[in-house]
Amino acid sequence: MTAAPAQPAIVEMRGITIQFPGVKALDGVDFVLRSGEVHTLMGENGAGKSTLIKALTGVYPIDGGTITVAGEQRVFRGTADAQAAGISTVYQEVNLCTNLSVGENVMLGHEVRRAGLIDWKATHREAARHLTNLGLDIDTRSALSTHSIAIQQLVAISRAMVGEARVLVLDEPTSSLDRSEVEQLFAVMRDVRDRGVAILFVTHFLDQVYEISDRLTVLRNGMLVGEYPAAELPRGELISLMIGRELDELDALSRSAAREIDRDAAPVLEASDLGRKGVLEPADVSVYDGEVVGFAGLLGSGRTELARLLYGADRADSGSTQVRGTPARITTPRHAIDQRIAFSSEDRRAEGIIGDLSVAENIVLGIQAKRGWLRKVGRAEQAALVDEYIAALGVRPADPNRLIKNLSGGNQQKVLLARWLATAPQLIILDEPTRGIDVGAKADIQRKVAELAAQGMSVVFISSELEEVLRLAHRVVVMRDRRKIGELTSHDIEVGDLVDFIADGALESPENVA
Amino acid sequence: MTGIPVTVERASASGALRRFFSRRASWIPVLAALAILIVMFIGAQAYFGNFLTPRVISSLLLDNAYLLILAVGMTFVILTGGIDLSVGAVMAFTGMLGASLLRDGLPVGVVVPVMLLIGAAMGLAVGIMVQYFDVQPFIASLAAMFAARGLAFMVSLSSIRVEDPAILWLQSTRIQAAPGSWFITPTGILAILVVIVGALLLAYTRFGRTIYAIGGNEQSARLMGLPVVRTKLLAYVVSGVCAGLAGVVFTAYTGASYPLNGIGTELDTIAAVVIGGTLLTGGSGYVLGSMIGVLVYGSIKTVISFLGAEQSWTRITIGALLLLFVVVQRIIVARSSRR
Amino acid sequence: MKRILKNRLFWPVLALVALIVINTIARPSFISITVQGGQLYGPLIDILRNSAPLMLVALGMTIVIATRGIDLSVGAVMAVSGAVALTIIEGSSDPNGLGTVLVAIVVGVLVALVLGVWNGFLVAVVGIQPIIATLVLMLAGRGIALLITGGFITTINSEPYKFMAQGYVLGLPFALYVSMAAVVVVALLERRTALGVLTEAVGINPEASRLAGVRSRGIIWGAYAASGLLAGLAGILYSSNIMAADANAAGLYIELDAILAVVLGGTSLMGGKFSLAGTVVGVFTIQTLKSTITFLGVPPAVSPLFLAIVVVIVVLVQSPRLRSVLARASQALRPRNSSPQGGSEVAS
Repeated sequence: MTAAPAQPAIVEMRGITIQFPGVKALDGVDFVLRSGEVHTLMGENGAGKSTLIKALTGVYPIDGGTITVAGEQRVFRGTADAQAAGISTVYQEVNLCTNLSVGENVMLGHEVRRAGLIDWKATHREAARHLTNLGLDIDTRSALSTHSIAIQQLVAISRAMVGEARVLVLDEPTSSLDRSEVEQLFAVMRDVRDRGVAILFVTHFLDQVYEISDRLTVLRNGMLVGEYPAAELPRGELISLMIGRELDELDALSRSAAREIDRDAAPVLEASDLGRKGVLEPADVSVYDGEVVGFAGLLGSGRTELARLLYGADRADSGSTQVRGTPARITTPRHAIDQRIAFSSEDRRAEGIIGDLSVAENIVLGIQAKRGWLRKVGRAEQAALVDEYIAALGVRPADPNRLIKNLSGGNQQKVLLARWLATAPQLIILDEPTRGIDVGAKADIQRKVAELAAQGMSVVFISSELEEVLRLAHRVVVMRDRRKIGELTSHDIEVGDLVDFIADGALESPENVA
Repeated sequence: MTGIPVTVERASASGALRRFFSRRASWIPVLAALAILIVMFIGAQAYFGNFLTPRVISSLLLDNAYLLILAVGMTFVILTGGIDLSVGAVMAFTGMLGASLLRDGLPVGVVVPVMLLIGAAMGLAVGIMVQYFDVQPFIASLAAMFAARGLAFMVSLSSIRVEDPAILWLQSTRIQAAPGSWFITPTGILAILVVIVGALLLAYTRFGRTIYAIGGNEQSARLMGLPVVRTKLLAYVVSGVCAGLAGVVFTAYTGASYPLNGIGTELDTIAAVVIGGTLLTGGSGYVLGSMIGVLVYGSIKTVISFLGAEQSWTRITIGALLLLFVVVQRIIVARSSRR
Repeated sequence: MKRILKNRLFWPVLALVALIVINTIARPSFISITVQGGQLYGPLIDILRNSAPLMLVALGMTIVIATRGIDLSVGAVMAVSGAVALTIIEGSSDPNGLGTVLVAIVVGVLVALVLGVWNGFLVAVVGIQPIIATLVLMLAGRGIALLITGGFITTINSEPYKFMAQGYVLGLPFALYVSMAAVVVVALLERRTALGVLTEAVGINPEASRLAGVRSRGIIWGAYAASGLLAGLAGILYSSNIMAADANAAGLYIELDAILAVVLGGTSLMGGKFSLAGTVVGVFTIQTLKSTITFLGVPPAVSPLFLAIVVVIVVLVQSPRLRSVLARASQALRPRNSSPQGGSEVAS
């Protein structure tokens, strides 16, 4: 798996510095990429991975340092400059045009022309050739929107190869792919690598790092930690290099699951056969007083979909729900809120914060919406509430008048948590509350969740990080392929077991409660 | 599956149909517009008995040549996800300017290029505001509309007759096989040429494809290394040039320029383009569709004058039709996104 | 100083003050107010009086724009409400009766409200883009008004109706009271209740607001209904001013003036944060500008050109791009940022 050591450096970045107002996003970072290798960039959120990629692809101008491509020093004034230098990029949210055909997306800007006009036949033939090179057999005239994200991802790579790319940058391409799609992507990546292209890869999934990488570069807080051959860096060491401090803080959170839950009383929320065609197969879920129920599964497994149906964010087309034993119709968020159920979406920016409103207004919004527009939360009441939650959750900076969009991700998440806690819910559904936030804020939020449950609030907790789910949850609902495949009481489950369950759909000695 | 309602379930046909829908879904609204046009033609013929005659259909093109030219330009802008409210006023301004220059004795060979250049300049100004100063297209073109309307009145407060033979020739010449049969005027030919050039530009040039790419996802287009800035500016310039040309054609049509010409024309143009199947969000639509939209608009006008009814019914009908199309588009989009 | 500069109302107020100063220098009589028979007269009073219809429309437009929408139909709605009211008065046996006039006004405004509700239905329930949804009525509305008046310009003689736009109370034009009352009612409704902040939330992030439990559908619907109602009232004032229902001329281009006033007042067309005070200033600015243009001897028909110049200046001053260029020129911060999107946020 290791590339031949004699490969020359195709990209050399030296002393790269990028300054944003108030922050040094990159500080004198060196980075070397060699032809025919898969080089993975590692680091926590905020480490500077995206910034480094954007410097390399010409999105951001650099404030200091040099970029040398194939021995020639370059200054990129835009993405076009970087592409001209042979650097092509495939972004996380596929940057293609879904309104156009597959073939066009591959060939845009490189169409075959005759007498000044595009020769579509030849263009599609050429597109098909590039797709076939990567083992893709797709109707080039079909609209891109009719294909899955995975296929679109591969089409984007094909496009990169049309431009005779010498360097291929893949920025978190796997975050929304399932296992077999990842396999397909990796096969293509290896193929491209073996043709001498240098691949810069970014991912959050550790397994994938070791599966595909030849070399790793680790960044932390905008600084270079070091470059390592993948085979020589053990997993645990990699994690501590990325995080920089020991995991003590998170481990110190004892497993709250040790507490016994009384499941004799009627559950706070009980859903039976809740489902929606094409979205989620009917599933049963119940949450009891003071209980944390984790939803575990991969992205797209149906865990978010189930949460949204429970909350009425999407409308279920089958099943029924009961709140404390009484039938309750929950088809809109309002219904859920009236039943004192709260929901924090995984997409903080698009479905959580109201960016141009202040921290205070964001906190009060939930309670205000509940009361209706006629009964405004008074100034004094608002100030008291806001101060209380800013202090209780440790929102930084503790300035209620700052616009929420200017806060870091972790603090935005705390504000959203405050918004819901202010409405005094009996059940709160948290979808990926710790995604993309720093370790300190993550620990704060986990601690808060455990504390709330201990005080009697019920919680549905969804996270991609299985450790986190196991640490907090009393019970884990396991999801796969848009359906619930089982339920585990978690105190005797290890991460490995859970992974196996998700992978195989069965456990050696299953403790199925359902 | 694209989520387009395919109800035909026959084994042999369904594969081909599915393929068609997966490849050509964006043509469906155009076909719907065409269907409406045909139904209108047939209905009008059945009701009046003398609707589908060469004379009526030929004058449909004659009477709406200026609108057709405007609609082609508007299609370019709407495809990028923008809008151009200035077209009616720019048409009026270039018409006024041209008429006054002709009155002052300038040769038509100078005046017409000047009119086109003025249109291009107005378009460029809108484009620069949109592209470089992040002004919303709605506001930028609104400013251009105000400016052009004011300038038109600055040229003259009253109408100016045009006596230049070359301009009048554009309208008065009828290329006709026999009396009472099909005919076409040079203005009509001009409009058709604009449609053809527009369609070719959009379908067969990188400029045209970049317009679709921008309308589909501007951010992507930029990251793909496509010349987004240049292309967007050019789209507004195309619309401006079309407005200038429409100024020439409209002047020929009325034989005079009046500063109040073309009030509300920008709305008619947008309505025609939308009825022709172009999505206002950009990235989907065809010049040919816009042409059908203009013909639908023209037919409604003709039908209403055949009925001898108030011309105010034209606007009401157009409004209702616009509503129908937008609702249908909305359903199509909702269905395909639910996929 | 810095805080004053940063205030959202700084530029709008500065523009208005500058206009008034220029006018006063050009003709000192501009700020003179004379008293005749207990009634105030003067150019400034005229501006206050004539701005009433635009004020009503712009208030509604502000709320609609705050929800991320736009209402192009206001001019057409004005034409309809005027046509309805005048047709009722014309058809009644007692055009001078207070009752007749009240009924006419109420019915005219109610019809406008219905049209506003229709717009709101298309936007909030059917989910059509606001520009298009209201374009439908903008196209069809004047046709409807023409049908109501039978294709003619209906003229009437009715003293009570005339009073709406031309009457005086306590020395000031009655129309001014109407527009100020509307400002106060809307301001109280938006700012004393939570309606304002909920409207802003919906305008900034509709989906997040829905999930937070905000009844965004009702708020958006209500905004269009309010806009229709206010436009209806404006239509009454307009027709009372000329004592005629002119379906083609009533409220022509007022939607554009209103949008301008809103933008001048510092409310972004992207929705979200809005400023009613800014809109009031914007309306007065536009009205003063129009009166300036008339005073300069420019034919009213050419006045759009000046409006265009003002629009361009204002949007350029508000343009983040220009501001950052200026800021960079003064501070020489960092080289060109080629991605306008990435702007201020710090990506990881």
